[in-house]
Amino acid sequence: MENKTSIKITSSTLNLQDCYNFVQDASCGGIALFVGTVRNATQNKEVTLLDFSGYEPMAIKEMQKIADTALVKFAIHKIAIHHAVGELMIGDIPVIIAVSSAHRKAAFEACEFAIDTLKESVPIWKKEHFEDGEVWVNSHP
Amino acid sequence: MRIQILFFGITTDLTGENSITFELTSDSSVGILKVALKDRFPNLKYLHQFAIAVNEEYAEDNLILYENDVVAIIPPVSGG
Repeated sequence: MENKTSIKITSSTLNLQDCYNFVQDASCGGIALFVGTVRNATQNKEVTLLDFSGYEPMAIKEMQKIADTALVKFAIHKIAIHHAVGELMIGDIPVIIAVSSAHRKAAFEACEFAIDTLKESVPIWKKEHFEDGEVWVNSHP
Repeated sequence: MRIQILFFGITTDLTGENSITFELTSDSSVGILKVALKDRFPNLKYLHQFAIAVNEEYAEDNLILYENDVVAIIPPVSGG
């Protein structure tokens, strides 16, 4: 069977075209893309860089579960979920989600489901670095 | 029995460790491990609010641990 999911964690720069090319298909009427980017400030405090680290084997499993669930839950054709680890600068891309579907609504919904679930369940952490220090994001529930 | 513990995110700073081998009574649960870990690392005062994974799957407090299990301490995630 054709592989419907592309899951990746990398310390290299994420490639939007790779995600697009993976999901693109003649049977699809649209592709939804979510691209996460590193913002320059948190609560009005200037961020210098973000350092992402993950429990990679488990993170891959959890990302695969999200993709598999999305394929069951929404009428989509293919889904790619790629996440970067390591030090990212302002404007860099920590995450890309690409979804293709015959009709656009399913792609939008699956894309939102995937990023929302990723932020809840995938064991990846980011440390925000400021001029005067650093802090683990969300570290206290 | 011996298990391996992996620390991630803020728990690496709180414990000063990435990975340790931990001695635990046979048939201990995840909940019992949490109590033992708090004794060893008093800085882990929010441990009861953190998720635990056993062999790369999220686990509840009642799961029984076995020799050589790999237990990960998962503080609130912040990917994306």
